[in-house]
Amino acid sequence: MKRDELVIDVEGVTKRFGTRTVVQGINMQVRRGEIYGFLGPNGSGKTTFLRMLCGLLRPDGGHGHCLGFDILTEAAAIKERVGYMTQRFSYYADLSLEENLDFVARIFGVPKRREAVQQSLEKLGLGGRRKQLAGQLSGGWKQRLALAASLIHSPQLLLLDEPTAGVDPKARRDFWSELHQLAADGMTVLITTHYMDEAERCHRLAYISYGKLLASGTVEDVVRQAGFETWEVTGPELNDLMPKLQAAAAIEQVVPFGRAMHVSGKDSAGLQAAIAPFQVDPYRWRPVPSSLEDAFIGLMGSSEDNFA
Amino acid sequence: MKLHAISLRRIWAVFIKEFIQMRRDRLTFGMMVGIPLLQLTLFGFAINSDPKHLPTAILSADHGPFARTLIAAMRSSQYFHFTGVAPTEEEADTLLKNGEVQFVLHIPEDFSRKLLRGERPDLLVEADATDPAATGPALSALAQLMDGALRRDLHGPLAYLSPKPGPVQLVLHRRYNEEGITQYNIVPGLMGVVLTMTMVVITSLAITRESERGTMENLLSTPARPSEVMIGKILPYIAVGYIQAGLILLAAHFLFHVPMLGSLVLLMTLILVFITANLALGITFSTVAQNQLQAMQMSFFFFLPSILLSGFMFPFRGMPEWAQWIGEVLPLTHFLRMVRGILLKSNGMAEVWPNVWPILVFILVVMLVGIKRFRRTLD
Ligand SMILES: Nc1ncnc2c1ncn2[C@@H]1O[C@H](COP(=O)(O)OP(=O)(O)OP(=O)(O)O)[C@@H](O)[C@H]1O
Ligand SMILES: [Mg+2]
Repeated sequence: MKRDELVIDVEGVTKRFGTRTVVQGINMQVRRGEIYGFLGPNGSGKTTFLRMLCGLLRPDGGHGHCLGFDILTEAAAIKERVGYMTQRFSYYADLSLEENLDFVARIFGVPKRREAVQQSLEKLGLGGRRKQLAGQLSGGWKQRLALAASLIHSPQLLLLDEPTAGVDPKARRDFWSELHQLAADGMTVLITTHYMDEAERCHRLAYISYGKLLASGTVEDVVRQAGFETWEVTGPELNDLMPKLQAAAAIEQVVPFGRAMHVSGKDSAGLQAAIAPFQVDPYRWRPVPSSLEDAFIGLMGSSEDNFA
Repeated sequence: MKLHAISLRRIWAVFIKEFIQMRRDRLTFGMMVGIPLLQLTLFGFAINSDPKHLPTAILSADHGPFARTLIAAMRSSQYFHFTGVAPTEEEADTLLKNGEVQFVLHIPEDFSRKLLRGERPDLLVEADATDPAATGPALSALAQLMDGALRRDLHGPLAYLSPKPGPVQLVLHRRYNEEGITQYNIVPGLMGVVLTMTMVVITSLAITRESERGTMENLLSTPARPSEVMIGKILPYIAVGYIQAGLILLAAHFLFHVPMLGSLVLLMTLILVFITANLALGITFSTVAQNQLQAMQMSFFFFLPSILLSGFMFPFRGMPEWAQWIGEVLPLTHFLRMVRGILLKSNGMAEVWPNVWPILVFILVVMLVGIKRFRRTLD
């Protein structure tokens, strides 16, 4: 590593498809050993950004370094040291697990290839099914195979595009403990996800919408940047209350949470004025800290339409 | 550490992967072996550009010796197979119209009498000429046998009726294929047709499949470079091409007894050039096509003129000039000339070179387009 501790250090990264700007001037700095969450609604440009980092797409604007190599001119060197797990399963359905891993290991020139492949299979817990074709695996197992394959050459940076989509809770927990283990050993991880609990497990986060970075930092930072005040209301017949609250201009979002409802807005005074008429029996109100989910839904609502 | 050289290790990795996939895809693999066999059967056994034993009806009003001589001569030429006698004009017409006979031979009432008087009687042959290729050889044979057939009967006092020899004695040498055996021409040509058909399709699919299944994204995120991927993917199919060519050469030798006069080493070398041309084209197609269906369509679009305008199906010199120009661009045209030249005329490198360089130019142009497009599809 030439540069101190910044594994990803990019500025103003921009990508256009035709006339549409899909990623707009994104700055990102990720330190070594960090697990960095990358969140945003569908179509916000997360996958596109990851592709630019690993040299699959050429940015139309911006500059920076990844693992100390220039993202514009040294893509080949970056590719050697990055493990990229694509959003869509992209290994060979007509090759067995072992053959898939073997292929990747050959391409990267992994030393002691056979051993590395065996170890990887053991760790996957798929040693007994090594001859099975990858196409016959269940969705969750495909994800695990893909992760194992992207780790086989011991990359310094791991780019994971929704790695846990469709993975069961137990496997997800195992997956996250492994990530933290890897990070403790010095690997850097940039991961996209739509799960809140996963977002909370990241060291730091970035939230992107319509190609623009709207918030970044620790969970608390992001919640603070969203600038929401949230009140929780409990009581009977909350469903009837919902449309009345939604009608108020200062109330930006009303979200049912089981037997309670979260009511939030950016304008504190306006929000309190709006809920005042309903602060009567049988409803019980109390201010609560905004959750990450509140913050995200709020950020999502305040940005422009992604499908334009 | 900058790696700009092509890595043999990564080519090998792609090669092994491609080879396993090819072996596992039973249908495609079966087709690659099946297509040459099918084509050999179709073209080698079924197609004959010199059809014989064509059904012929006789409408005869004269049963004299001359008429009998004529009929016997026609029969022994093997082109005519007399299926019966038509009693009336109408019935003869119906037979032709229904396609039951190819020819009707009319012998007029006073044929023998007029002949003896030296009045040059008419002998009418009606042919169903809807397909000129079917009647052509028989009709030209008929014109020749007419003179010879009667010469034997017109001797002694009748000798003055015998046709006089023309002022010029024509001597014909059919060289390289004296007996005019269609297979000698078709079977070596089949090698080119089969290679064109399978090599272009298979490679164009091999790469589009990667983009369609999403595996391309993965492949491109690894250090593998486009040229390494291309070479690694092409190599297994070169082997397949040689298997196909070998199958056809074996069949040509053992089943069809096609002469093999020239150097087989030269032939095998030039086959490599031809295979490369087709593989390069397939790869280039795959960089343009969005999906496997389009790749198939483009390959087929190329295959059609190749088979029609290369001189495989129809004589090259019989085509109009514009069609010949298109034909000259196609690798198959040159390959056919090379194969036939080497096998039948024992041509050497010096003789076939005029057909080698156009293929090399084709490869160069197609590769340039392909590599340019491949780079662009990275984005
Ligand atoms: N190759 C492409 N050509 C044109 N438009 C594209 C291309 N790839 C992506 N886009 C567009 O860019 C936008 C961002 O796409 P991207 O895949 O980066 O979103 P995402 O944040 O990963 O979404 P998701 O959460 O659904 O995975 C989308 O609107 C998409 O339609
Ligand atoms: Mg995505």
